[in-house]
Amino acid sequence: MEAVLFFFAAIGALAGAIGVVAMRNPFYSVLALIVHLFSLAVLFLLLTAAFVAAAQVVVYAGAVMVLYIFVVAYVGGGGESAWEPIPGQRLLAPLLGIALFIELSIAVLSSALLALGTHGPDVEPGFGDPAAIGKLLLEKFLIPFEASSILLLIAAIGAIVLAGRKREEAA
Amino acid sequence: MNVEWFIVLSALLFTTGAVGILLRRSPMVILLCLELMLNAGNLALVAFSRMVGNQEGQVFAIVVMVVAACEVVVGLGLIVALYRRKLPIDVDELRGLRG
Repeated sequence: MEAVLFFFAAIGALAGAIGVVAMRNPFYSVLALIVHLFSLAVLFLLLTAAFVAAAQVVVYAGAVMVLYIFVVAYVGGGGESAWEPIPGQRLLAPLLGIALFIELSIAVLSSALLALGTHGPDVEPGFGDPAAIGKLLLEKFLIPFEASSILLLIAAIGAIVLAGRKREEAA
Repeated sequence: MNVEWFIVLSALLFTTGAVGILLRRSPMVILLCLELMLNAGNLALVAFSRMVGNQEGQVFAIVVMVVAACEVVVGLGLIVALYRRKLPIDVDELRGLRG
């Protein structure tokens, strides 16, 4: 049962990722990314990370993707020009991708992590639920938690400064 | 399910995102491919946290989500600013900073 769910979610995640890269229209790319994010949430649930899965669906597939869709609708998804500034880019990029995958595989295989071949230790039912994560965030990782909230605030102000209409431009 | 399956899937997703960044020229799609790579990293973090039986990897994954959200907000703000100034939305035509 678990294996079947894993393979369905893995196929969904991979298909979504390939869709993001292959779709001509940026709007369809965003929709493919939503499929990818939902499949990843299922994978997180399989790894007993309930809170991360919920945050993935609510924050990513909900809020961030709505932002993307607004910007794609505002800017308009024009197709890319066929002009290739680097000759053979369409051929070279997948080759480099294959090389990167082989490199990552070698790194994982030679890492000598013996626990990689197991499904991990048995964990108690509360593993990864909101209470446990919240306790960690507010006790052990309080300073990173506050720093990330300041980072979010700075990003929001930066986006307003970048994209906001200036007064003299409007006049 | 063994943890190595999740790690292999994460490597595949990361590679797909990297190929997308190399192939595509629309900054919007490049941002989407960056999301793919960050999410692949997240999957690896959560998988390793399950392998060790420690929840701290999941906290890392949540911080990565926050950073990804910041990156999206600033990137989309830049794209909107480009559009307002009637500049081309294509990373190959924006070569003003090229040495």
